[in-house]
Amino acid sequence: MKLSRFLKTIFMTDFVGGLFIAIKELFKSKKTINYPFEKGKISPRFRGEHALRRYPDGEERCIACKLCEAICPAQAITIESAAREDGSRKTTRYDIDMMKCIYCGLCEESCPVDAIVQGPNFEFSTETREELYYTKEKLLDNGDRWENVLAANIKADNPYR
Amino acid sequence: MEYFTIVFQEIYKILFLLVPVLVSVAMIVWLDRRVWAFVQKRQGPNVVGPFGLLQSLADALKYIFKEIIIPSSSNKVIFILAPIVTMTLALISWAVIPFSATQVLADINVGILYLFAVSSLGVYGIIMGGWASNSKYPFLGAIRSAAQMVSYEVSIGVIIINVLLCVGSLNLNDIVIAQQNMWFVIPLFPMFVIFFISALAETNRPPFDLPEAEAELVAGYQTEYSGMMYAMFWLGEYANILLMCAMGSILFLGGWLSPIDIYPFTLIPGAIWLILKILLLFILFALVKAIVPRYRYDQLMRLGWKVFLPLSLTWVVLTASYLFYFNLLPTN
Repeated sequence: MKLSRFLKTIFMTDFVGGLFIAIKELFKSKKTINYPFEKGKISPRFRGEHALRRYPDGEERCIACKLCEAICPAQAITIESAAREDGSRKTTRYDIDMMKCIYCGLCEESCPVDAIVQGPNFEFSTETREELYYTKEKLLDNGDRWENVLAANIKADNPYR
Repeated sequence: MEYFTIVFQEIYKILFLLVPVLVSVAMIVWLDRRVWAFVQKRQGPNVVGPFGLLQSLADALKYIFKEIIIPSSSNKVIFILAPIVTMTLALISWAVIPFSATQVLADINVGILYLFAVSSLGVYGIIMGGWASNSKYPFLGAIRSAAQMVSYEVSIGVIIINVLLCVGSLNLNDIVIAQQNMWFVIPLFPMFVIFFISALAETNRPPFDLPEAEAELVAGYQTEYSGMMYAMFWLGEYANILLMCAMGSILFLGGWLSPIDIYPFTLIPGAIWLILKILLLFILFALVKAIVPRYRYDQLMRLGWKVFLPLSLTWVVLTASYLFYFNLLPTN
């Protein structure tokens, strides 16, 4: 063993150096956040809970083209459609099984009218599985609730699409 | 009637010591986690109570309400006894710790011997837990822990001899008073370092936490324990750590003596100084946990037997020769 290394071992220079680094780090600002009280910034592209959007006049955007149902890799989406009295094609059923969903965002990508979108909400855990079978009402309700954020996100992300 | 008065007085005294010790164990767990988190730039537990101070109480409450699972193939009596033994042994040693010249539960003349004896009994709780679980990981963990604690106890014993050579008494109060002019940490600094590292090994703290090395042994001897029994192991472990810190501050850092023997400092009661010294040592314990990787088992044994033991023995000879040559040996 070389003398320098021996001295290093005896005086534990590495250990003492580490100790001082630790003490220095002790007073630096923290990298983690107080999660439930403060939340991290979310990108406009964030793929969270689904929502069905409406036009400003209250008409639902979805035209029941079933592109999302077709592209969904997890086959989580189930759509049934019928013609309404005024002749327009609308969905009679729009279900998403949130437990099958892999949050890939392909439904949002494929939608020609920006009806189905994934919002910024990621805190929708439930106590039962049944609550995670989202129906059309639930999705439209989500859309109404998050509309401001959803519209802003789509606008912010538009230049990159 | 008089007999009962004395008994009640003693019980009152014991409670007056035990309750603060248990509360400070809970606080020290919080401090440990917090320091560990801060070094890693995390927040640490900070939700329950101010600064998360009540986190340990919340944890204890959780443990109380959890089911205690006793494995069907375990030796039930020993299985239940093990955490009780660990906890009791960790707590009874506090009887001889002097908080000031008069504030000591049992001012016995072999205080340090008692402390050493009880702390070496601590390994029994772990062996019993590991053996009674009748499962491979607890068993391996217990064997490791037993070997480790026995090895490092030897060097701690020799280090204590060093201090005793300078004091000439086994009474803890005498040891503290002998440091009035100079704390033993200055002349015996290498011994203090070895004591600190041995204390880490003795209490199964990182980097010597091999008995509970997650990657190899799940949780070591605690694997089969749950609920309040697990919590008791945990409390016993931290009470032991606190005890080791107290021992270190009494042997080397002047116990309840104030660091500077001048007017404003001497006003502060000795108990506060002792607590501050214990805290200082504990924060060092916590920092070490954050900065060092775990030792390999053969490295641990090599360090204990081939480095610390010869080193501390040599130092005993050196101290004895020095004291003898300069005629400084304490006489009673």
